[in-house]
Amino acid sequence: MNVPALQLTEVRKSFGQTVIINGVNLSVPQGERHAIIGPNGAGKSTLFHLASARFPVTSGGIFLKGESVTSLKPHQINRRGLSRSFQVTNIFTNLTVFENVRCSVLWALDYRYSFWQRLAALRDANQQARRVIAEIGLAHRSDTVAGILSYAEQRALEIGITIAGGADVILLDEPTAGMSKSETGDAVALIRRVTEGKTLIMVEHDMSVVFDLADRISVLVYGEIIATGTPAEIRANRTVQEAYLGTTFAEEHHD
Amino acid sequence: MNDVRRAAPKDGAANSPEPRCGEQASPLSPGKGMGDRQMHAVPPLLHRRRLFLWGALALLMIALPLVFNKGFALSLLCQISIMVIFALSYNMLLGQTGLLSFGHAVYFGTGAFATMHTLNLLGKTATLPVSMLPLVGGLAGLLGGVLFGYVSTKRAGTTFAMISLGIGELVASASLMFPAVFGGEGGVSGNRVIGKAAFGITFGPQIEMYYLIAAWTFVCMLAMYALTQTPLGRMANAVRDNPERAQFVGYDPRWVRYIMMILAGFFAGIAGGLSALNYEMVTAETLGAWTSGVVLMMAFVGGIGFFYGPIIGAMLISMLAIAVAGVTKAWLFYFGLFFLTMVLYAPGGIASLLAMHKRLWNAGQLTKVMPAYALVALPLLITFCGVIGLVEIAYHHAEGVDEPLQIFGADIDVMSAATWLMALLVLAVGLILLKLTWPRVSEAWRRVLAGIDGKEAA
Ligand SMILES: Nc1ncnc2c1ncn2[C@@H]1O[C@H](COP(=O)(O)OP(=O)(O)O)[C@@H](O)[C@H]1O
Ligand SMILES: [Mg+2]
Repeated sequence: MNVPALQLTEVRKSFGQTVIINGVNLSVPQGERHAIIGPNGAGKSTLFHLASARFPVTSGGIFLKGESVTSLKPHQINRRGLSRSFQVTNIFTNLTVFENVRCSVLWALDYRYSFWQRLAALRDANQQARRVIAEIGLAHRSDTVAGILSYAEQRALEIGITIAGGADVILLDEPTAGMSKSETGDAVALIRRVTEGKTLIMVEHDMSVVFDLADRISVLVYGEIIATGTPAEIRANRTVQEAYLGTTFAEEHHD
Repeated sequence: MNDVRRAAPKDGAANSPEPRCGEQASPLSPGKGMGDRQMHAVPPLLHRRRLFLWGALALLMIALPLVFNKGFALSLLCQISIMVIFALSYNMLLGQTGLLSFGHAVYFGTGAFATMHTLNLLGKTATLPVSMLPLVGGLAGLLGGVLFGYVSTKRAGTTFAMISLGIGELVASASLMFPAVFGGEGGVSGNRVIGKAAFGITFGPQIEMYYLIAAWTFVCMLAMYALTQTPLGRMANAVRDNPERAQFVGYDPRWVRYIMMILAGFFAGIAGGLSALNYEMVTAETLGAWTSGVVLMMAFVGGIGFFYGPIIGAMLISMLAIAVAGVTKAWLFYFGLFFLTMVLYAPGGIASLLAMHKRLWNAGQLTKVMPAYALVALPLLITFCGVIGLVEIAYHHAEGVDEPLQIFGADIDVMSAATWLMALLVLAVGLILLKLTWPRVSEAWRRVLAGIDGKEAA
């Protein structure tokens, strides 16, 4: 169990001349809840895109549970147990909530490209989909077309799709962005519940959420990780305070 | 969701009993809660209502020749049947997977030629029953899908459309380069009456051919419907909606598209095989752009968002083609006009119009829009007459036909300015009246829908 769930070594990414990720090293042990914080435009989402192979890296290596996944395609990485959500909701808008979630469990349950089995007869897939929908609190909406859900409901569905397949490394990109206080509370409880026993890496802006959920925190500024540590260490870190936390941090945690 | 809804056959608008194409339940038809679906028993493939529909369809297909037994009507039935398979296979790509193909005739034509050549080979040995020959066509179409699907399914959207067009042109021009295989201008012909007759059936008489086609059509329809209810079928919908997200739940969109394309090629090939047997003749036109265009039109006009849409489209377009071509030389023009009108004003096709009205019917509100319909009926008719008048005059004028244009037995001088002005006037009056009255229709719909939504929300 000492192989890290996810490890990035000297990862770089540039778009044309612009360097967005500049030599990131990150190692997240299995079972840890890890938060990535940093100012807007720091490259947090880009880092997720690299780890999940949405973008290829310019250089560097990505290792999932010890194996290199650097040159794999997104679906291949997903099949190896890494699943991610998106900062901008990314769901199957014309399908119902139920179908959205069921689509997300099919591969994991080994149904692959089957055209000789009936969906309705796949008890395990249907049950798992129903269970996930209940878990994300959308049971009453399961026959609703995903495109007409409210924003908060779509964010919940986004998490549902991400966790439904049972991946053990979960990447959540700003899961609570744009939510009200009470919605955020619900989302945190939901995230805590559904990532029990899994490795969670999340990008989050809301500091109370970060300090509440994370075992460790990495601070990304201008494409570089300037500090990694426990919440207490990060809170006490000078560089972090100067470079980023400054005001937000002071306001939220020193009054 | 269909499978899910099967468990709850009796509620209203939310549960459309028609076989729908995947998950295109529109926002207009929000579902009910998930209570009913908690059933633990696995629902049967065909629950009672659907079983009834398919049974009725089978009976209808068996009974139709009892009424339409004349040579012309019977061959029309045969043609429609074949086109139903072809259009449904096309919609596996367009409606279900979101792949706009301009070259679907390639698979139809490949199937047709393969079947015809096999038939001619069998002529000497007769080792395979004629009734099974469409399977040869299916396999040829499938091989075509394996080959061409590989190069075209990497991307959807414009890329796929362009590649399908290119492949279509490529194959069509190749067909003229190899007259030994494709028969050149004259095509390849054959004789379907070969071998020993089993149970006295030779497939010589058209009626026997009809039942062969009908049987294949029924089986193919059922198979294609069943496909929409499988993991692949549903993931095709997912890939259509959001290929990127599909990747992040473990699916390679390219494989989903590729397999769908291979299967669509298979069914198109069966249709082609049936057409080869039916006409005992295959020409290069079978795999050309015209055939590809017609099948696109059938699927689109019928409605690509519903499983049964292309069936309606295939019937309607086949019948229109024959009916309109029979009375006017301008039939292609009318075809284009009709297609254009559908794309502009009913992009969901006939099936979606039906579904909209069915929703009102279920809510008992259909009569509420009827007065508005009655109001626009006359303006529509006038516009219609204006268009036909103008088109016919123009055609006769352009062709310089010696015989005068006759409308309702009256001779019409296509050279006189008065005639043209008259037709233009009719059209203008129709359009103005339509413009004035149409808002009533929109208004009626708006009110009725608001009422239904209100009730559902309550
Ligand atoms: N596809 C792209 N092409 C060019 N620049 C990009 C692209 N994606 C992101 N960027 C740039 O990379 C920087 C980091 O973006 P992002 O990773 O979304 O930041 P964060 O999630 O930390 O707010 C931004 O300046 C953004 O403009
Ligand atoms: Mg971001």
